[in-house]
Amino acid sequence: MSILILAEHEGGALRPATLNVVAAAKAIGGDITVLVAGHNAGDVATAAGQIDGVSKVLHCDDAAYEHELAENLSALVLSIAESYTHVMFAATAAGKNVMPRVAALLDVSAISDITDVVSDDTFIRPIYAGNAMATVKSTDKVKVIGVRTTSFEAGAESGGSAAIESLAAVAASDLVSFVGQELSKSDRPELTSADIVISGGRGMQSGDNFVMIDEIAAKLNAAVGASRAAVDAGFVPNEYQVGQTGKVVAPNLYIAVGISGAIQHLAGMKDSKVIVAINKDEEAPIFQVADYGLVADLFDALPELSKALDG
Amino acid sequence: MKILVGVKRVLDYNVKARVKADKSGIELANVKMSMNPFDEIAVEEALRIKEAGNAEEVIVVSIGPSQSQETIRTGLAMGADRGILIETDDLLEPLAIAKLFKHVVEKESPGLVVLGKQAIDGDNNQTAQMLSALTGMAQATFASKVEFDGDHLNVTREVDAGLETIRVKSPAIVSTDLRLNEPRYAKLPNIMKAKKKPLEIIPVADTGVDVSVGLSVVEVNEPPEREAGVIVSSVAELVEKLRNEAKVI
Repeated sequence: MSILILAEHEGGALRPATLNVVAAAKAIGGDITVLVAGHNAGDVATAAGQIDGVSKVLHCDDAAYEHELAENLSALVLSIAESYTHVMFAATAAGKNVMPRVAALLDVSAISDITDVVSDDTFIRPIYAGNAMATVKSTDKVKVIGVRTTSFEAGAESGGSAAIESLAAVAASDLVSFVGQELSKSDRPELTSADIVISGGRGMQSGDNFVMIDEIAAKLNAAVGASRAAVDAGFVPNEYQVGQTGKVVAPNLYIAVGISGAIQHLAGMKDSKVIVAINKDEEAPIFQVADYGLVADLFDALPELSKALDG
Repeated sequence: MKILVGVKRVLDYNVKARVKADKSGIELANVKMSMNPFDEIAVEEALRIKEAGNAEEVIVVSIGPSQSQETIRTGLAMGADRGILIETDDLLEPLAIAKLFKHVVEKESPGLVVLGKQAIDGDNNQTAQMLSALTGMAQATFASKVEFDGDHLNVTREVDAGLETIRVKSPAIVSTDLRLNEPRYAKLPNIMKAKKKPLEIIPVADTGVDVSVGLSVVEVNEPPEREAGVIVSSVAELVEKLRNEAKVI
């Protein structure tokens, strides 16, 4: 078995998602090569070589890879993919953008969002927003896989000492160019990697009321999320969205405030270790997945909770 | 310019999926089926582009069983001009869907293809990217804003840390994210009119496309159930339990 992983990085550092993909690759077993494509990303290549379990790093430095343009990244991965039995990506926005292209260009199926490894050719993945788990088997000669990062505990960042080899760039596409980005600014940890997440739903009634959530998040060093209903109502931007159509999170503690627990929301948080639900409707489906439920008006409960955390 | 829009008939998003007793898949008999929500956004976007004068024709394409004609008619009732169904009773993998879609692209030569970013049954999020790779058309996935600029499109995309904008050359393939627009409802007179709009049905065998793939579903199971928790009586009790029992704060 020989496995190729496309590293994800930004601002000169590996994204934590890459460590989760390495963990999934270890579950398959075999030699693990990490491809670092970027511009002036030498530090990332060095960091990738130190990941426990990685046997080789391929580093391609070219301006074409400064932004994660799908055409350019998929062409680069394709240039080496056939030397591997498995090509793996994180199931992030960036990974999902590239992974199916590589599969199609190899004329093989792509296997999205795996949550478990049964064997080197058989994997488990959620379908229908996690309401069912499909076991799928691939007979393709290269298995192209997206890894749901929250399902594989990140391995150690150090302990490895892989050799770094440079890889030639592939001609850049002239069909696409990067214009700009508008990243949400937050002092809080990133949603998908936070230990604690506190999310608000339609019950919050307005975006302004999210300051109550922010206050508690600051005290717990938690990330702030929201249900699709809260996003659709315009309370908070879409990048806050936890759920099937937003982000999938699995923190140690997930606090759902004023969230009824629609199927699509549960799909994005039900793998959290401990779930707390605060809702005034005791019939709300969220209580069926909560470890601790508090039936209360959130406008009473949140200030009280904030105060209790000071003590 | 023509716009091709992909639509898929899926289990309605308000219906809870139930695993069949023989573990072969999800129970789809006698349950409400609807257009995949991301595809409704795709149809809406295509119609807005046409209404803004940037396209002449919107063609709704579905690949699926005979009943997918209803899904196509929904798109026609929203305002699309004609429909194409590639008919198959098999549940095809995205690679096969992308190859069949490529067949339609070659026949129709659209300036733009708009697809939902994922279908809410298989949750694969693959078809647009695969179609782009197979046709060589430019790719702009997870779009929250699409602007025309001559023979280019500026597309704002939803990425994990916020938004990014890319510029792609036509013909392009766009996949829709939630924020792109709010789809219209079909009005009754338009539903009646849609019944008369042309809908071409092509059996999958007539396309000559090889739809066999190397991926198969072994079985489908219920997800692991979470054990029921406890209801606490106060914020104080909640904080005490989180500190001392769950030890998470």
